[in-house]
Amino acid sequence: MSNEVKIEVRNLFKIFGPHPKKALKLLQEGLEKNEIFEKTETTIGVQNASFEINTGEIFVIMGLSGSGKSTMVRMLNRLIEPTAGQVFIDGEDLTAMSTEELVKVRRKKMSMVFQSFALMPHMTVLQNAAFGLEMDGVDKQTREARALQALEQVGLDAWAESRPDELSGGMQQRVGLARGLAVDPDILLMDEAFSALDPLIRTEMQDELLKLQAKAKRTIVFISHDLDEAMRIGDRIAIMEGGRVVQVGTPEEILQNPADDYVRAFFRGVDPTNILSAGDIASDTQVTIPITDGKNPRAALQRLIKNDRDYGYVLDTEGRFKGVVSSDSLRELLDQEEQPQLIPNAYLEGVVTANTADSMQDILPEVANHPWPLPILDDNAQYLGAISKNLFLRTLHRSQPDDLPASETVNDGAQ
Amino acid sequence: MSLLNFDKKLIPLDEWVQAFVDWLVFNHRDIFQAIKTPIELCLKGFEWVFTGLPPVVVILLFVIIAWRYAGKAVAVFTLVTLLLVGYLGLWEDTMITLAMVISSVFFCALAGIPLGIMSGRSDRFELLLRPVLDAMQTIPPFVYLVPVVMLFSIGTVSGILATIVFALPPIVRLTSLGIRQVHPELIEAALAFGATSGQVLRKVQFPLALPSIMAGLNQTLMMALSMVVIAALIGAGGLGNPVVQGLNTLEIGLATIGGLAIVLLAMMLDRITQSFGTK
Repeated sequence: MSNEVKIEVRNLFKIFGPHPKKALKLLQEGLEKNEIFEKTETTIGVQNASFEINTGEIFVIMGLSGSGKSTMVRMLNRLIEPTAGQVFIDGEDLTAMSTEELVKVRRKKMSMVFQSFALMPHMTVLQNAAFGLEMDGVDKQTREARALQALEQVGLDAWAESRPDELSGGMQQRVGLARGLAVDPDILLMDEAFSALDPLIRTEMQDELLKLQAKAKRTIVFISHDLDEAMRIGDRIAIMEGGRVVQVGTPEEILQNPADDYVRAFFRGVDPTNILSAGDIASDTQVTIPITDGKNPRAALQRLIKNDRDYGYVLDTEGRFKGVVSSDSLRELLDQEEQPQLIPNAYLEGVVTANTADSMQDILPEVANHPWPLPILDDNAQYLGAISKNLFLRTLHRSQPDDLPASETVNDGAQ
Repeated sequence: MSLLNFDKKLIPLDEWVQAFVDWLVFNHRDIFQAIKTPIELCLKGFEWVFTGLPPVVVILLFVIIAWRYAGKAVAVFTLVTLLLVGYLGLWEDTMITLAMVISSVFFCALAGIPLGIMSGRSDRFELLLRPVLDAMQTIPPFVYLVPVVMLFSIGTVSGILATIVFALPPIVRLTSLGIRQVHPELIEAALAFGATSGQVLRKVQFPLALPSIMAGLNQTLMMALSMVVIAALIGAGGLGNPVVQGLNTLEIGLATIGGLAIVLLAMMLDRITQSFGTK
């Protein structure tokens, strides 16, 4: 993924109500949302939001209802006029555009998929899919051909002549998606696009979206209140609370370092074993024993005793993992008569390793089955650290602040 | 309290209105006469079609339209109605009334649909228009019959004008309602795909408001028919004539067949136009 910035949001505000300018001033003076509402009967929709969305990424804006996420996405195409601040698309200031320029950007660069589908009931599926092109003045033949192509992409070409109300919810949203894709936009805005669908269809649509995204990289801004959905499809996530963007980051970053209690609470119900990989939680606090000391098991044992550890991780000079020794196995080696006493002879049997990319779910049996922490290696067999039972449990515990046991949520295997 | 002394008239509004109408009639009668021209043309056109064509052609025309849009039952009812008014000796009057009513509805639609669209899209415009529509619907027609006659002289055109005043509000209101009932998400979707304000109206709001507009047209038509007798008082002719004449000379039979023909015609036109909205 390139890191070219596609959309930049800079100090964006939306204030609803009778006195937006007055409220903005009060806000800048540091008053709280509810104080401002009491004084001016004006509500803060979005408050000083700034972030960047990169080309080709799926950027999820997540928050509970009333957090301002829907207002936010509507300011990205100015369906809602920002009160203050700027939105740049490809470096152009959207907020400064005339109506004509704005219409052009909406026609050429971006399209939108709605929670309630918002299909035109008086048009056929094909006409709906061709809607954006029709607005753009594309002739009937061309636009219907392109609309049909878009319908093929979502598997609905056979329904082209049907009316939207003859289709199921999932199919209707496929039409909504086809309508968004037919104009071949750089940017796809999806406002809770899958929230109205039942869970099974929702997962199916998420897969569909990821599949389409793999074929043609678009910049997708996806609004969701569903954390699982955000984790599943988001390259990066912005979390909104009370009109503020409280944290932006990859799912792993946010899960590991929640910016505040709100974000932490949000992640409370999440099963971290789905999201965190072995590499995310591996700790390098275990004792490592360079193999150059291979001829000196006594020094290795000393090292374990000094660090009060039972197990040591033997690495070669390149840092590659070789094996695990324990204080017992080293003592056994030292008690033997035969010489030379080489550390490799003290390697424990049955040691398995895990890759950094393995999920916590994958490594759970290995962590549970052996007394020693599970060594974690990268793709080049470099030792990165180990995961002990303790560490594993602590990771689960961190996201369960209510001291609930980590729930065994069903993993749909999509990770 | 001299402020509450109601024995004396303080605001002589009646005199002012009288003076204003007199002034209009005296100075600007030509303008009002000019307004008559398009209405006259439209009326003459329809009259020529309905009274000029042989009755069998007119009957066939209506029966076919009824069959096509409203089905077999309405087609049969249309046939029976038209034959009956013919046999009652009211064919000529019925055709004049039809021409008058259709002309009135035509001008109501011409003015009412744009007004309805504007008030559907602008809260401020609706706020201004509403009291005007309220007045048009509640002022007894007898109040404006006299000034209409003074300005436009006696005759069918004056009848049509009085009818338009009375029958215009429903189509304006129902057009406005239809436009307002379009789900805001659909308008949002259209805008998100780069629709201009005109495209939103043409591609989304108007097509979706069409059933409501058709219901308005139907209501306007019904109200226009209910004005037939009053219009006859200012010389409009048609089916109002036998009723008015029957009243004046106490010929109850004549008034009855006139009334019966109006009711049958109303039912026929109602059933036919109702089907337009659902098609």
